[in-house]
Amino acid sequence: MTTTPENEVRASTDVTSMTVTELQAALQDGATSAEITQAYLDRIAADDDVLGSYLHVDPAAAVERAAAIDAAGSAGSGLAGIPVALKDVIVTAGVPTTSGSKILEGWKPPYDATVAARLGAAGTVLLGKTNMDEFAMGSSTENSAYRITRNPWDPERIPGGSSGGSSAAVAGGLAPWAIGTDTGGSIRQPAALTGLVGHKPTYGSVSRFGLIAFSSSLDQAGPMARTVLDAALLHEAIGGHDPLDSTSIDAPVPVLAEAARRGAGGDLTGLKVGIVRELGGEGHTDGYEPGVLARVAEAVALLESMGAEVREVSCPAFDLALPAYYLIAPSEASSNLSRFDGVRYGLRVGDDGSRDLDEVMALTRERGFGAEVKRRIILGTYALSSGYYDAYYGQAQKVRTLISRDFSAAYDEVDVVVSPTTPTVAFPLGSRVDDPVAMYAADLCTLPASLAGVPAISVPCGLSDGLPVGFQIMAPALADDRCYRVAAALESAQDDARGSRFLDQLPHRDAQAAGGAA
Amino acid sequence: MSTLSRKDVAHLARLARLAVTDEELDLFAGQLADVLDAVAQVGKAAVEEVPPTTHAVPMTNVMREDVVGPSLPREIVLAGAPAAEEGRFRVPRILQEEA
Repeated sequence: MTTTPENEVRASTDVTSMTVTELQAALQDGATSAEITQAYLDRIAADDDVLGSYLHVDPAAAVERAAAIDAAGSAGSGLAGIPVALKDVIVTAGVPTTSGSKILEGWKPPYDATVAARLGAAGTVLLGKTNMDEFAMGSSTENSAYRITRNPWDPERIPGGSSGGSSAAVAGGLAPWAIGTDTGGSIRQPAALTGLVGHKPTYGSVSRFGLIAFSSSLDQAGPMARTVLDAALLHEAIGGHDPLDSTSIDAPVPVLAEAARRGAGGDLTGLKVGIVRELGGEGHTDGYEPGVLARVAEAVALLESMGAEVREVSCPAFDLALPAYYLIAPSEASSNLSRFDGVRYGLRVGDDGSRDLDEVMALTRERGFGAEVKRRIILGTYALSSGYYDAYYGQAQKVRTLISRDFSAAYDEVDVVVSPTTPTVAFPLGSRVDDPVAMYAADLCTLPASLAGVPAISVPCGLSDGLPVGFQIMAPALADDRCYRVAAALESAQDDARGSRFLDQLPHRDAQAAGGAA
Repeated sequence: MSTLSRKDVAHLARLARLAVTDEELDLFAGQLADVLDAVAQVGKAAVEEVPPTTHAVPMTNVMREDVVGPSLPREIVLAGAPAAEEGRFRVPRILQEEA
């Protein structure tokens, strides 16, 4: 304390627990992007050996970039000068990108994903690439080929997945916010389990160009942040039509920060909210923890107290979302991952002149892919094979239609539908990794919105056994603003009642604050 | 219908160009049989008259302007390849040589 100027200590401690809107204000007040970036890099250096949230960090490049933003005088204007972390499924020109797989170890992409390019153009500073389940296949980040990521709330528990590096980094103070991707819940589930806000945009509203494909009809990038408003600002920066993605919707960038600000006012008069019976309601509570259901019920009551009209809606086809998803996603993956053939990028094994192309390909893929990726490729190959196609893949696609119809029927009656984000709080590391079916159950509540392509947000709604619980709000396609409005109302009402932000309850933060005060 | 033998898994792995090990075959056959039991529930839905959804946002024939755009320089693309030769990707032989 005596050797370091007190104001510096305070500044670096404070900066890594600020929201992005506070960072913007600090930059406008004279703080520099270089200082803020350095504070995050210091936290990464100190804590990430244990937390395991990053796969690649280049401190010199980050500082240089921040200094350039400072020198240009643009820091504090919009997102300029704000650090950001990107899930390693997003390709970044000249910056190693692995998608959590050994098959891409050491690969430096020759171009930027649109999401990365837009954030770059906005003046953000790339802190690093975050850990993830290999090719985004998993719900715990334990399928990463590189390292385990721990939950900042309890280091013996998973941070969720597949965007678990992003969730751990943002919750743990190692990034102010991050981009994740969501195929069946991979933004919302890790956000829920680490006490963050995570939003899966309407399918097609954020470009997939430069996302290493897992399941192309489902993959969608989106924001993970400490507050609803921050998530909205990040979403606005990456959203909008992209001619490089043929599935991109040609619609204007949605106005989301305004919806979040309006929601924070706390008036939901006239808003119709439907509670999905099939996701934790009466007769559908198997596998749901009582503590999770209790927090969700309290959140619903809070919405009602702000003027929302709440009723139950029934979506019977949601019961089949899990089996439909675990046929559709592996089928698309088995096709998408055929690009990893040891020819154009990444690993090549056994090319010693004695083996032909097929053998080299099979050895490369055997060595380069982990167990879950192989299981899904095999399952997808089976579901697409002649004789089984109609019974599995075809049937799953028809169930997908039924799920979309259930959403449409619900939205005829209500403006948003809500549920828990996950059936349980974060589970212990290692507890499900050998049981794929148990692991898949972590996605129970997030899969319907993925299959229907509708937007869905997870916002914290309290603690159960000291661990965060997420509340999911789903809206019709292109009505992402409703998710932000309702989530902000809930966040603001809870913050007011608590007298602090959700993440201020993080045990590690308390210890830090106590240490700082002493 | 919804069971996968060790032999089935070996066949599927070969189709998918995965040189799986014996240990993996033992492990995957059991795990995939469990997964298949779980996903086979889609068969319960009455969907005779229901059209399939391949994509949540239906779009057809998305075209761009028919003009030449920029593309990546050859040397940059080849720099990421495991093996290159004479400005091309080098691959192992694809045909057996005649004796």
